[in-house]
Amino acid sequence: MSDAAEGPDRAEHEVPGRHDDMVQLLDQHGVRREHPEHEVDLEPEELLGLLRDMVVLRRLDTEGEALQRQGQLGLWVGTRGQEGAQVGSAQATRRQDHVFPTYRDHGAALARGIDPVHVLSLFRGVDHGGWDPVEHGVHPYTLVIAAQLLPAVGYGMGVQRDGAVGTGDPARDTAVVAYLGDGATSQGEASEALNWAAVFQAPVVFFCQNNQWAISEPVARQSTVPLHRRAEGAGMPGVLVDGNDVLAVLAVTRAALERARSGGGPTFIEAYTYRMGAHTTADDPTRYRLSAETEAWREKDPIDRFRTYLRSEGILDDDYEAALDAEADEFAARLRAGVIALVDPEPVSMFDHAYAEPHPQVLAERDEFLAAWEQHDREAHGELVGGAS
Amino acid sequence: METMPIGKAINAGLRAAMDRDPRVLLMGEDIGPLGGVFRVTDGLQKDFGEHRVIDTPLAEAGIVGSAIGMALRGYRPVCEIQFNGFVFPAFNQITTQLAKLRARSHGKLSVPVVLRIPSGGGIGSVEHHSESPEVLFAHTAGLRVVMPSSAHDAYWMIQQSIASADPVVFLEPERRYWEKGDVDVDLGPGEVTPLHRARVLRAGTDATLVCYGPTVKLALDAATAAAEDGTSLEVVDLRSISPLDVDTVAESVRRTGRLVVVTEAPVFHGPGAEVAARIQEACFYSLEAPVKRVGGYHLPYPAARIEEHYLPSVDRVLDAVEQSLAA
Repeated sequence: MSDAAEGPDRAEHEVPGRHDDMVQLLDQHGVRREHPEHEVDLEPEELLGLLRDMVVLRRLDTEGEALQRQGQLGLWVGTRGQEGAQVGSAQATRRQDHVFPTYRDHGAALARGIDPVHVLSLFRGVDHGGWDPVEHGVHPYTLVIAAQLLPAVGYGMGVQRDGAVGTGDPARDTAVVAYLGDGATSQGEASEALNWAAVFQAPVVFFCQNNQWAISEPVARQSTVPLHRRAEGAGMPGVLVDGNDVLAVLAVTRAALERARSGGGPTFIEAYTYRMGAHTTADDPTRYRLSAETEAWREKDPIDRFRTYLRSEGILDDDYEAALDAEADEFAARLRAGVIALVDPEPVSMFDHAYAEPHPQVLAERDEFLAAWEQHDREAHGELVGGAS
Repeated sequence: METMPIGKAINAGLRAAMDRDPRVLLMGEDIGPLGGVFRVTDGLQKDFGEHRVIDTPLAEAGIVGSAIGMALRGYRPVCEIQFNGFVFPAFNQITTQLAKLRARSHGKLSVPVVLRIPSGGGIGSVEHHSESPEVLFAHTAGLRVVMPSSAHDAYWMIQQSIASADPVVFLEPERRYWEKGDVDVDLGPGEVTPLHRARVLRAGTDATLVCYGPTVKLALDAATAAAEDGTSLEVVDLRSISPLDVDTVAESVRRTGRLVVVTEAPVFHGPGAEVAARIQEACFYSLEAPVKRVGGYHLPYPAARIEEHYLPSVDRVLDAVEQSLAA
């Protein structure tokens, strides 16, 4: 196949004509670039914090996959390769902002202070979403593609009605981040959400991680135009950013969130990135893509690139790397112990939250369930006693 | 006591809820200056403003999906779906999101959204304007499904639905919008019938007719006609399809020994099947005859010029009663 020969930016399934306007502050070799519109000015500690978040997220991914292989998780949805997009975008949010993730945005969950064990509880099968969405400002993961986008817009409309937009008070002005993938842009509800947000000027940032593949379907099967250009049709700015450049992602998302918070309306960001691993642990990417493609993207790794940059600036040294490795090891150990210690919920708890107010049929079924449970318990016990006598 | 049609009673109920609670918002297509295609929201945008009565883009998933988000932010959106057959583009938001968020979040998220859907047929309209989608929602755990049959219930049940912490599908019997009735607007707390309680509207001894929404008037008419022939029919208005007040129906059936369920929804796998199954479980030894069901056929809703043959009629109800009495 010829795609590797044509260069890593031009795999044959990619939507053409896209890179000229891509915001980049750090090229794939870790060299700092200037951009006329977007800039970030961070302290060394903040830069190290971004590296730390990406390294920890990659460790979460490694551990998640291992735990699935060991039978501790029913499924794992990997994030390797998307650390720059997830950490950069989530670090741009403020405490009062609200995030509507897909099922792959573990980086956003970590950045918003969610216990990583709670991120894994869904995949272990002990619940459908383990954290408090209100406390963290993070909606539960949404498994139905694009279904989180309209609620995100509605949430933003609620923010508008609360008068929490355009007040000029940085502690009050609020925005919403709606994450989606490249495949989600094909869903009708995604088009509704973009249009709806523009019509109502809702304070929403649509953050699309174009990781090139929707399970086995390349992005060219989702769209014949670059995804960020869909924003124009909806009536909002569309920005293309190098999703493997954490600085550019941070800068672009910050600007879009600021615009939303100040009452400027929605923005669509396409973070151009790559899913290095499988769609989930149930997937086999060797059936649908070339290893040459994956290898080419490995050259653009968001963590390696950032590390090179920090080294060249003298911000990162061996001591910090060693401390970071130790922190990641400790994180992994805590995660493994926490996941294995997650206890199965009481079976009867499945009846607890179907309704807020009593529903007689559900209550009757709960009683039936408990009666059958006790009966079978008694019978099992009786059989044991009978067998012994 | 005030006399008004059902459509106006819903309007008055919405107005009362909006007066009482600034978090109550209305969303839908053409609900502003036009007042909705049935004029149910007439005058509300003028009085409450565009921020509380929101004319939306023409997108049903958008209406329900954004209402979910507003509810998560603490608002109480009441969505108008223009016609029953147009709710399906929103089905994903209703069944995978609206109905499930409470359970998924261990009760930490509340989604008190009301979906108002003109429902049932009999208005001589074109396709997708006359359907009865209630079982699709009743079968979805997490939703409540109710349908008033009188102006009084319409006025109070819409307010109770808005006050509910659960999402409520509020079906409006579209061919009864113009039917007038007395509304006691001055009832105090505890004086209003609970949202999910069925009501015996007419006492009788020979058989029970169970109905809701548009078939309530039909059942009452059938009971009047039967009385002329010396047959005494009890009429029970379910008012709520989920949950179902089985106790009230069972008490009635224990008295009469016979049950005919009358719905506009198709009989096959329909709401009548659920009532029949539960009543045979609860009242097997009181039943003198198999439970009969009268309703729509397992067909796409037919063209308007023949819909009267699809919809249950007094004659079809009386035929079923006759078969029940003969058994």
